[in-house]
Order: sequence, then C-alpha cells, then structure tokens
Amino acid sequence: MTEASTARIYGLHMAVVVVLFALNFLLPDYHHGLFARILVLATFAMGYNLLFGYAGLLSLGHAMFFAAGLYGSGLAITYLGFGVSAAFVAGLGCGALLSLVVGLLALRTSGVAFMIVTMMFAQAFVLTIVYFNQWTGGDQGLVLQQASRILTVGNASLDLTAPAVRYLAALLLFAIVLFVTLAIVRSRFGRVLVAIRENEERTRMLGYDTFANKLAAVVLSGVFCAAAGAAYALLFGYVGSNFASVQYSILPLLWVLAGGAATTLGPLVGTVFIYYVTDIASSYTSAWLLIVGAALVLLVLFAPKGILGFVRRRWIGWLP
Amino acid sequence: MTQPLLTTRGLSRHFGGLRAVDSADFSLMPGEIRAIIGPNGAGKTTFVSLVCGRILPSSGTIDFAGTDITNLPAYKRVRLGIAYTFQVTSVFANLSAYDNVALSVQRTLTDGRSRGAVREGAMKALEQVGLAERAGTPAGQLAYGHQRLLEVAMGLALQPRLLILDEPTQGLSDGEIEGFVALIREIALDATVLIIEHNMPVVMQLAHRITVFDAGRIIAEGDPAEIRANTQVQEAYLGAAHG
Repeated sequence: MTEASTARIYGLHMAVVVVLFALNFLLPDYHHGLFARILVLATFAMGYNLLFGYAGLLSLGHAMFFAAGLYGSGLAITYLGFGVSAAFVAGLGCGALLSLVVGLLALRTSGVAFMIVTMMFAQAFVLTIVYFNQWTGGDQGLVLQQASRILTVGNASLDLTAPAVRYLAALLLFAIVLFVTLAIVRSRFGRVLVAIRENEERTRMLGYDTFANKLAAVVLSGVFCAAAGAAYALLFGYVGSNFASVQYSILPLLWVLAGGAATTLGPLVGTVFIYYVTDIASSYTSAWLLIVGAALVLLVLFAPKGILGFVRRRWIGWLP
Repeated sequence: MTQPLLTTRGLSRHFGGLRAVDSADFSLMPGEIRAIIGPNGAGKTTFVSLVCGRILPSSGTIDFAGTDITNLPAYKRVRLGIAYTFQVTSVFANLSAYDNVALSVQRTLTDGRSRGAVREGAMKALEQVGLAERAGTPAGQLAYGHQRLLEVAMGLALQPRLLILDEPTQGLSDGEIEGFVALIREIALDATVLIIEHNMPVVMQLAHRITVFDAGRIIAEGDPAEIRANTQVQEAYLGAAHG
C-alpha cells in the first residue's frame, strides 16, 4: 500500500462528500428531500456491507438493528423526554446491545443457518414491537413532534425538520460512517475480516480467533445500522414497525449487491440507483416493480459484482 | 536431557466405529525433522489434525512445550507456535501472495508495530521460498507448485516452533521437489518439522526419524535405515498395495 494510493483513495472519498455537500444547494426540493433520505439509508447499507461484503456473513435480519436505533431514540424522546443527542446515543446503545446478543447466539451457526437465525430474531423483534403496541404504536407507529426534534448546542438551536439542516445532518452521519468504514477495511482488522470471508478455516489456522473477529464485525455493523435508524427517527420524525419488517432486511442486501459488495462507496451508489429506478419507473407506470426487476436482472447478468465491482474490475483497480 | 517439544499419550479419535487414530503415543524432540508415513487412510492427517486442533480427540492427551493443549482451540495452539500447512492447497485465492503472507505476519506482531514491520516480515518469508517477485500476483493465479510454496511461506511467517507439513511435495515436479528439500532443511535450522510425505526418496533424504502409521496405530518408529529394514513396515505397504 503506497502513500500515493492512500492519498488517492482518501481524495476520492473526500470528493464524493464534497459533491454531496454541493448537491444540498443545487438539488430541487423534491430531490433534495429524497437525497436526505437516501443518505440515511445508504448509511444503513454501509453497516450491512461491513458484515456482508467484507466479513462475508449474509444476514437477513438487519432491519432489527435499524429498528433498534429507530425505536431506541424514538421511545426515549416520547416517553423519557430525552433531547436529540441523548436520544441518538440511546439508539446507538440499543443497537450495540442487540447486535452483541444476536451476534453471540447467531454466530454459533454459519451459512444458510446464519441467514435463518438472523431472520428469526428479526421476526421476533418486529412481533415484539407490534405486541407492545400500547407504547410503540404497533404498525401505526409514532410521530415525533417537531418541538422534540430541535438540537440545542450551547445557545444555538438547530431545527432538524428544516430541509437544509436535515440534509446536512444526514450527510454528516453518512460522511462519518463512510470514513470510519474506510479506515476499518484498510486496517489489519479489515484484512482479517476479508480473510475470514475467503477461507475461515485457513484464517483460524493462522492463529486468529475468528469468532471474536466476526462478533466485532456484527456489533460494528449493528451500531452503524442503529445510527442510521436513530438518525431516521430524528430527521424524519416517524417511528414505525414497517422499518423492522423483513422488507427492510432485504433492502440493504439489495442496495449493497446493486452498488457492489465489499466496496466502500457501493452502498451509496446502490441505494441511489435503486431509489431512482423505483422513483422514475413508478412515475410512468403502476407496474414499476416489473421495471425494477428487469433492471436488477440486467445488473446480475452484466455486472454480477455490482456497479462499483464492475468499475473496479474494468477501470479502477485501486478502488477500495 | 532436553524435554520433548510435543508428546501425545493414548491419543485416539474415532469416527463412529472407525478408529482413525488409535492410542497414539508419540513424542518429538526440538530441532528434529520427523516424517510420518503410512498407507492411505492410515490416520496420518487425522493425527496431525489432532495435534494442531482442527479436530478434537476422543481420548488421550497432547502436550506441547510443557503445556497441556488437549482442549485448547486451534487458534490458541497456533499462537503457542504450532503452524499447519494444508494438504489441499488452501491459500486465499483472491488475495495477492503478499497479502496472504502478511496475514500471518500481522498475527505475530500483536504489539501493534508499524506497517513497515509487516512488509519486512512478509517479504522475508516470500524471499525464503523464492516467491518475492510474485508478491503482487493473486494467489489463485500462481502455478500449483508456487501455491504450495506460498502455503509454506504462510506457515513460516508465523515463526512457528513446530511446522506441520501435510504432503507438501504432492503434485510438484522433480526440479521443484529438489528445491523443496533444500528449503525444509533450511527451515529446520529454526523450527521443528513434522512432515507427512508419500515420496520415499524425499522422506529418506530429509527425516532424522520416521514414524509409521497403519490402520490408526503407530506400528514402527526409527531412523531411515531402521525403517527401511523393518519387515512390519514392508508388509503394511505391500499389504495395502492391492487396495
């Protein structure tokens, strides 16, 4: 790893963040709102990518980590009167705790069994939310009042419901998780995760505690996803059980596959791609799922490693 | 008198009714090159897998450098200094040769030394097996013989006290085997080597002592001349010839 390539890699990621920052001023209202949402969901996808793309663990239950952040912060605001930053931390804490417990149990399995076990945990989680509908609002969900979504720092106060603030807050979260992910995958720990994905038995026989490394990956992934969930609650003011449903476990997988698994920018590209294909298709026809499906089939046929996986193989080999 | 580096007592592993390894009493002195030979299915690979912890024994004990490692997980045994190179080449095919070896080196550098130390250690191991020029090549694209050498380099980079090689010369050309024998001799200056090998000329050239397995049991042990003269060993091999 030469210094030049390090500078190039960080330069590229900085440039992406700068472009996203510029979009705040350039995008028309509709797309501005859509992009704020996309940035939060791309953060969710980055959390998923760390576990799926790098460590090679396919989870079908990541909606529960997103929802842990969503409900952790949403319930803390609604019932405990937490401020915005305390609620965000509460969301992260819930995600960390849940991912630790789920990781300890689910990592006793691997492969298909791991998929099923994570999916079962997520189902239990969503059913728990619906069961306690007295507090969680069940499938109706909870709406967070605008008054509770104002971030005060010293004397200044930021209204997270204002479009520009919301966009920039989403971008800040996205940028932090992007650079943390980049640092992780370029670290020794990141290389061990890739080694586990490629050949776990060999990695163990090089003296690595593969269970501990995988557990760390599950928890980091869970915390990133919970951060996205908590931000979603705070920025968009809605906490609902549909975010804990199986659909939101499949979506991050789809975004990551479309953008390119095990690429740092793939989750962003995939989320933007799927969102806009859906958006454009549904403006023309009610059969938009057919068009989304066709786009995915084409992607699988011609770029099975996702958009950035394709770019990396064809043109830019140094893409992390 | 020096203590053995490795001792097994009554070590057994049963798979259902099959006694893959049956009460093996075995000891290995530091600095030795020991070959394990025996017909196919004699339990050689199972035996070394028990030693390195890939499978757990049904009964018996394993001692390594004065520590009872019988119930220790494999990765902890590697940290104590037992390195295993796989019979079926098991490199990380999508990673470069350098990255394969770097994974071994960074494991030994648990004190968080710099990237420079990793590079130095990895290149040293690659140079030792003669793969330095191919450091950037993805492991899966290396020739088969080079992949085997890369396996050995990954083991070497762990700086093991005991290096276990499972049929390392399988599939190598005569020229490559010659280089390999020289390499093992060089490695044995720093480490104890336990080698499973079918190629008898290699065994006879390299081994200080030879242990013979048949049907899960150790049937003979001695220096190469003794083993060559042993009638029981000849029978085991000739007896297995029809199967």
